[in-house]
Amino acid sequence: MKEALNPAEVAEAAVESVTTENNTPGQRYQLSFERPTDNALLVRLAGRWRLEEKLPPVTEVQAQLESGAAVTRVQLDTTRLAAWDTGLLTFLAGLYTLCQKRGIAFDNAGLPDGVRKLIDLAFAVPPQKDTGRRGELPPVLARIGDATLKLLRGAPEMIGFIGKVTLSLGRLVRGRAQYRRSDLMLIIQDVGPQALPIVSLISFLVGLIVAYMGAVQLAQFGAQIYIADLVGIGVVREMGALMTGIIIAGRTGAAFAAQLGTMQVNEEIDAFKALGISPMDFLVLPRMLALIIMMPLLVLYADIVGVLAGMFVANTTFDISVFEYYQQTARALDLRHFAVGISKGTVYGILIAIAGCLRGMQCGRSAQAVGQATTSAVVTSIVFIVIAASLMTIMFQKLGI
Amino acid sequence: MAAVPAQQMQTEAHITVQDLTMAYGDFVIQRDLNFVVRRGDIFIIMGGSGCGKSTLLRHLIGLKAPAKGEVFYDDVNFWRAEPDEQERMKRKFGVLFQSGALWSSLTLAENVALPLGEYMDLSPTRIREVVSLKLALVGLAGFEEFYPSEISGGMQKRAGLARAMALDPDILFFDEPSAGLDPISSRRLDDLILELRDSLGATVVVVTHELASIFAIGNNSVFLDPESKTMIATGDPKDLVESENPTVRTFLTRGES
Repeated sequence: MKEALNPAEVAEAAVESVTTENNTPGQRYQLSFERPTDNALLVRLAGRWRLEEKLPPVTEVQAQLESGAAVTRVQLDTTRLAAWDTGLLTFLAGLYTLCQKRGIAFDNAGLPDGVRKLIDLAFAVPPQKDTGRRGELPPVLARIGDATLKLLRGAPEMIGFIGKVTLSLGRLVRGRAQYRRSDLMLIIQDVGPQALPIVSLISFLVGLIVAYMGAVQLAQFGAQIYIADLVGIGVVREMGALMTGIIIAGRTGAAFAAQLGTMQVNEEIDAFKALGISPMDFLVLPRMLALIIMMPLLVLYADIVGVLAGMFVANTTFDISVFEYYQQTARALDLRHFAVGISKGTVYGILIAIAGCLRGMQCGRSAQAVGQATTSAVVTSIVFIVIAASLMTIMFQKLGI
Repeated sequence: MAAVPAQQMQTEAHITVQDLTMAYGDFVIQRDLNFVVRRGDIFIIMGGSGCGKSTLLRHLIGLKAPAKGEVFYDDVNFWRAEPDEQERMKRKFGVLFQSGALWSSLTLAENVALPLGEYMDLSPTRIREVVSLKLALVGLAGFEEFYPSEISGGMQKRAGLARAMALDPDILFFDEPSAGLDPISSRRLDDLILELRDSLGATVVVVTHELASIFAIGNNSVFLDPESKTMIATGDPKDLVESENPTVRTFLTRGES
């Protein structure tokens, strides 16, 4: 101790030994303080300093620093330390930061070798400043503005994408598009034949519902035979294409977005670009073609299954013979109705391919982004389909087709 | 941890592999592996590409069950232990995967905090302190709020290491830590591994074929040979340079002697 100390202060330093103990079984750490000299604080750490012990916060040391004479040096004593882990390290790191902030010297001589090295390591690289993170949420108006701008930015991106697809189709027509026939075949198989079971199920059940609901009403007038007209025209013109569109949006549109999104994450799309292969030609074009080729066939198939479902209801519940039903359907339907339904279906197919591929190509580089791309692809396709369905229905009515 | 002096630790067997045969179905990768990793070792699993180094690591960390043979941690037979016991043992492992394998939808802080939150009863403040400390240890202080895609490959590796260290593991496993890093970064990672082993007293198992790393950090090793489908050497890599076996010698000297 320094000689210049006055006796009163010496007495105070000797008495001032505060101990915090946690003696509940299994939780035994000891933290005590001493003032070896007037302006030094000795922090004594003993017992088990492990994370699970509910260790004390650094504020306990802070309280010590603030009481009594100003401290210029913090010393440590760990001679009775039994066990330690990250818990001790976080405490010391906090203490170190506290000392730095207050311009107090941190004397690490009393620490075990390992702890000293780790603390040195932790403070070897100064923390990255100004990372621009942890900012508060911008005000409500700013957020509304941001969201609107983002929405508006989406439109040119989509139009640009449609443009690129068109150029790619142009290259295809001129025979200069780079894609693999085998990829196209695989995608066609995946989009078409593999979707038959779910398309069959849904179209049959929807046909059944339309027939049944209609028949109950028509039966009041004894006009059950017109079930054939109702189901035939309803399914072939509208429902077949719409149902197939929604199924394919959920099934294939989502798959496209997930495939392209994952390729985006793995930098596979960048690899194509680096090789000078257009991802538009190689990835988007075959998917687009597969849907353009398969959607009309799927819609035709859904139409037939739907009509058969109507026939099943009429035959089993309302005693209309199969032959009668067939005759009535043939009278009600002509090729025009099929053309309307199938052309709608083809448009839906194109919309699904655009939405699925666009969202996939826009995908960010994380697992979460792939999920968002997939969700967004399905939502976008269904919105497009419903809008297109309404527009085309009105258009065909006005044109009298 | 850290309570046992380094000299004492070197003698005690930490991982014991007995008659281990690894196979995918009928296709045998490696057979009859026998080696011991001592406590405090930096143990290198080496060998040419495709010899089953990473597969061996997957057997050690409990991702793939052996076709035959045993893996002991201390005296506990890992693959014969009850699932609960296995889970408890796995919590003592820290694994750094080849590409970091950070969860891409979480920030670096969330990546490190996830194991802490799952397995330890800690307050959010304490978790934040621990996370900052772990990131500081790997030189990433201040990067808490970054997403893995926003930082470089070397930083992703180091963040992966911070996550691997989250639960104060007894054993750290590294799969090709220097793959994709420049020589300086890879050297720094080696130094960090040494530093952490010395101060934490953990056992370290490293899969690598980087000669510089092998000699810089390894004090024990096993050499897997793709031709004979078994191990052909084990021991300190610095001694294996003088090995009788030409394959091992050629590998460790890059065929230059």
